[in-house]
Parts: sequence; C-alpha cells; structure tokens
Amino acid sequence: MSLKIKKGIPLIDQHDKNGMWGGKFGGNFVPETLKKPIEDLEKLFSKLRKDKSFVKERDYYFENYVGAPTPLIPLNQLTDYLGGAQIWAKVVSENPGTAHKIYNAIVHCLIAKRAGKKFVCGDTGAGMAGKTLAMVAKKFGLKCKIFMGVKDIKRQKPNVDAMKKFGAEVVPVTSGSQTLIDAVSECMRYWVANCLESHLVVGSTVGPNIFVKICGYSTSQISRELIVQIKDEFGKIPRRLKLLNVCGGGSSSYGFWSSFMDYDKKQVEFVGIEAGGPKKSKLHAAPLTNNSKIGILHGAAQYVIQDKDGQIGLTDSISAGLDYSGISPLHCFLKDTKRARYTSATDEEALSAFKLVSSMENISPSLEPAHAFAEAIKIAPKLSKDTIIVVNSCGDSLKDRDIIKQRLGSYVR
Amino acid sequence: MKSKIQLAFEKCKKEKRPALISYTVASDPNQKKSLRILSSISPHVDLAEIGFPFSTPIGDGPDIQTSSFRAIKNGFKLRDIFKIIKEYNKINNPKPIILMGYYNMIYQYGENNFLKDCKKVGVSGIICVDLPWPENRIFAKKCKKKSINFIQLVAPTTTKNRIKKIIRESHDMVYYISMLSTTGGKLKVSPKKILENYNKIKKINPKKNYVIGFGITDKTIKSLKSADGLVVGSLLCKTITNSLKMRQNPVTKIGKVVYYLKKRII
Repeated sequence: MSLKIKKGIPLIDQHDKNGMWGGKFGGNFVPETLKKPIEDLEKLFSKLRKDKSFVKERDYYFENYVGAPTPLIPLNQLTDYLGGAQIWAKVVSENPGTAHKIYNAIVHCLIAKRAGKKFVCGDTGAGMAGKTLAMVAKKFGLKCKIFMGVKDIKRQKPNVDAMKKFGAEVVPVTSGSQTLIDAVSECMRYWVANCLESHLVVGSTVGPNIFVKICGYSTSQISRELIVQIKDEFGKIPRRLKLLNVCGGGSSSYGFWSSFMDYDKKQVEFVGIEAGGPKKSKLHAAPLTNNSKIGILHGAAQYVIQDKDGQIGLTDSISAGLDYSGISPLHCFLKDTKRARYTSATDEEALSAFKLVSSMENISPSLEPAHAFAEAIKIAPKLSKDTIIVVNSCGDSLKDRDIIKQRLGSYVR
Repeated sequence: MKSKIQLAFEKCKKEKRPALISYTVASDPNQKKSLRILSSISPHVDLAEIGFPFSTPIGDGPDIQTSSFRAIKNGFKLRDIFKIIKEYNKINNPKPIILMGYYNMIYQYGENNFLKDCKKVGVSGIICVDLPWPENRIFAKKCKKKSINFIQLVAPTTTKNRIKKIIRESHDMVYYISMLSTTGGKLKVSPKKILENYNKIKKINPKKNYVIGFGITDKTIKSLKSADGLVVGSLLCKTITNSLKMRQNPVTKIGKVVYYLKKRII
C-alpha cells in the first residue's frame, strides 16, 4: 500500500477511525481504564478547536505571554565561514521556558482548565517540558507534578531547580534506564490511577492518538510564524528551502514543518536529525535513521528501538531530550510517505556544532538543536548560494552547561 | 465443548466459593524457580495467570514491575513461557493457564505464531493489558477460533454502553478492575462499593464469569468473596521479592501465602 499525505488537511487529522496514520502508526493501545478519559479528552479537544473563544485565548497567550513571533535571523558569519547555502535560525529558544515546549504546555493547561481539572501531570527528559509545564501551570493556578528519570535529574539540574521554584513536585523515576522513556511510563501509570482528578500532559507528539494531536496542534505555531517571516524576508517561498530540525519525540520538528506540508519536497525539504549517540556506542536513539521495526510503545504503534522479543531497547545520547527509543507516529508517517528525510548526528558532532555556532553567532543552542546544526554544517558547503537552510534552534544551552563544561573544557554562551 | 476455564468456575460455584486466581511473572526470579513457584501454588488455586514481562509496562504497579524487571534481567525470552507451561502441565492436576502481558510482545512474536504455541502447550486464556476493545476484536476472534479465551477487561471508568458491548463480545471470563489504579495499589474504594459496581456489571449477563482484580490481599480478599473469582498478583510478586531479600526460599513461602488466601475464602 502506498501511503499519501492529503493536501489542505493538517497532518494531525489525517488518521483513520482507529487513530492511526497510514493505517499503521499511532492508535490507542491503552489499558481499559484510560479509554473513557481519552475519549472525553478527544471530544473536548475537538469541540475547543472549533470554539472561537478558545482559539482567541490560545492566541492571546501565544502573543502576550510567549511573545510570538520568535525571531528568524540570518547566521551570516556561519554562512560565510562554510560557504554555500545561506543558513538562518528560527530562535524558538527566545521563548519563556527557552524551548518550544511552552506551546504544548499552554494549550494543555487551557484544556485542563476547561475540563475542570485541578492539576496536571507531565513527563520530562531534558527538563524543558517539565520546567515549562511547571511555569505555565503556576500561571494558570494549576497544581503540577513532573515525572523525571533519576539519571536526567542529575544531568539537567538547572531545569530541576527551576521546576521546584515554580512550585511543581518533581517525582524521581527509578525504574528501568531512569531516563525519559521510564518517566513517560511512570507518568502514564500515574494517570491510570488518577485520571479523574488530573490532566495528563504528554511532553511530545507521542503517546495515545489524542496526545499526538494536541501537541502537534500546539507546536504548529512555530511554522505559522515561520511561513510569514520567510515570505516577508524573501518576498515568497524560496525555490530551494531546507528546514532542519532535531527529532527526539518529534514535537518541535512537526511544528516547524506543518505549515509547509503541502509544498513539493523539491522546493521545501524537511530534514529530521536524530540522536546518533556517542560515536562508538550502538545505543543510538535514531529509530528512523536506522530502520527500526514497528512496535507498540506508550500507547502508539511506531518505529521503535527494540530487541527481537519486543522488549524496548535502551538509548544513549548526550541530549537527555533525545534519549527516547520511539518516535512520533507523525514522523513515521512522514518517513514512509517520503515527505521528510531523516538522518542522525553523533554526540561529538553535536558538541562541535554547538562550539562553532555559539562562537560565531549571537545564539547559544542547547545540545538538542546542536544536532540539527551539525547537519547544516555538513550539507551547507555542498549547496548552492540560493539555497536557504533554516534550523530550528528550539532550545537554549544553559541547561547543558555542566555537560558542555565537562566535554569541551569550558562553557561560554 | 466447555472450556477448561468455564469448568473451573462451575466447580467453584458448586463448592459455593469464588475461584482463586494467582498471578505470577514468568521467569521470576528465574525460569526454573518460577516453574517451582507455580507448582507450589497450584494445589490451592483454580486458575493461574502467568505474566510475560515487558520493559515498559503502563498498567503495572511497583511490585509487578520489580518482578518483571527481575525476570528480564535474568534473561527472560517470550519462548521461555511456553517451556514453563509445557513442564507445568506435566504435574498432577494442573490448573488452566492464562497468559497476561502487553501487546508489543505478541505483535513481535506474530499473533498467529503466538496462538499456535499457546495451543501447543495448552494455554486456556489470554489477557492483553494494552489491547482494549474494539482494538482487540480481530485478535479476540483469532483466539476463539483456537478455543482460547480472550479475556476482556472492564474498569470503573468504562461506560455502561461500552460495558454491554464488551460483555457481548467476551468469552467465558470478564476481568473487572476494582479501582482506578495500577496493579497492586492500596484498595482506595470500599469492598462494598466494589461489589455494588461488580453486581451491576454481572446483571448485564449473569451467565459469564466475572473476576475482580487489583488491590486484593490477604486483608481484603474475604470481603469480596461473593464474586465469581478473585485475582491476587502484586501480593505474590511482593512475597517473592521479600523472600529473596531475606534470603528465604520463595517457593515454600509463596505456597504458604496462597494456602492462607484460599482458607480466607472457603
């Protein structure tokens, strides 16, 4: 069966009645207890999307609280240094919360309020989703519980401190590999037990169908801004445009691409960069690049790193935010339809990309988007001068200062 | 022909007591010992659930997680479960076996392949935690064709309309989740309330056998004994964990615990 993307319909809505994209990705593989809460959320979300007052409220917070739009800036020094394509950055890390996670957090908190829920619970890897959810929940008067792997708590301390400062309870997860994957499992288990009082915020475009949709709906703000900015800057959509984005769960990349979905891929190419892990490790968090098999993880069918038996495999990445064995069903669909191209960058490549970009330009990307910059650095010299590369700089490096100091000897913003 | 599961419930009904159903994890703490554990509890139970451990469970509480991770760490492979059951069925008077686990394992093994091996070693039923109705329709039909019970779950959040549809498509046994919790949580609803809900569900089709699970321990089991069947899982997993910690033999210890559970409901 050849898979096709329909034009004029958001990708998040192109699933069948079982919640699956292309008949094989996504769905709702959940315990019976969650069926009803998920159905309630589906109904509410579908109603709210059509509700003008809800959309107005969302836009109000995006403009006045997030401060939309985030800047699109040329990276002139880097472009001159590399030669070839013009490199630009969409500095999404200028957001409060210093990442793209704020869009999902705001939309979920608005939904939670309308659902009459008193508190939200969420998972986090790098702590960006957790920190931002804690911040937004506080603003909206909601209580907040964040599940985070013990390994991540250690390596992303600045974000843990921030979560606590915003009054969130940080629940350390000690099971399994003690990273994002276990945090998501633990958070879902918590929701199974507390689904009537609490609202679950899945931190990326993963999980049961409705959470993929809500997150994709939220982060789409990035490309809604970008398409306007690009038209302003170039007068039209350039003949050769490449949108480079790091892929962990896949929320920032989906949001970065969604408004450009209907363009021909020869004109607007999507490149997703997965975590290649340490150079010599085999635990790459790159299910799309490495052709992993389809499996079921956290309620959804997706390409996922696993062994022959179906036990989910461990990953190893310098970026806590990318340490995830699965990938959004949306990206599985984009891969199979060949609308997007996926590749990976190693820890070492991400570190040197960080070093180069932050020394030359007035931005300081975290190690997650540094993976995407690594790909830009690789391909830009080989491309024509009229090719435009835009990298989504979707996180700020401050959270990584300890790792960078340790690996590069010093941390300079 | 009546299924072994149906016959087990009928026997209990005749004896005017609920069926006692154990849940233990395959290869916990290792393949050999898990078989001995199964054999040691077998005389006291009417049905035995065996979990196949999964690395990322979204419905299990800490006790079953601990057992599962221990089994995986000790090298559990899905094919081992068939070896365990094959051996178990050689003992005197083995009880009907129900396999319980997460769908990805079945999916990777291949649904047909899995059922073929279940049939070969004499598995009587299957519970798949994250394959709810209607997603489980095709698989449930495949089970029925092989005369294996696909056991549907019903939760306190399940709507009445949905319950009716689920029961209509269920086989001999329906599993009622006592409360909103992962497995092994503290009973946060009174037994009276649980039985009230339980009886409402049973009324829809009294011919089926309904069991209650989640949060059942030696302390709560007696108060729920009017049900058709009661599942005890986390308590048994915890017993294994504690015996290992105290360097005791989990096989004799767990046999005693299950014997005592049985005494509470007869």
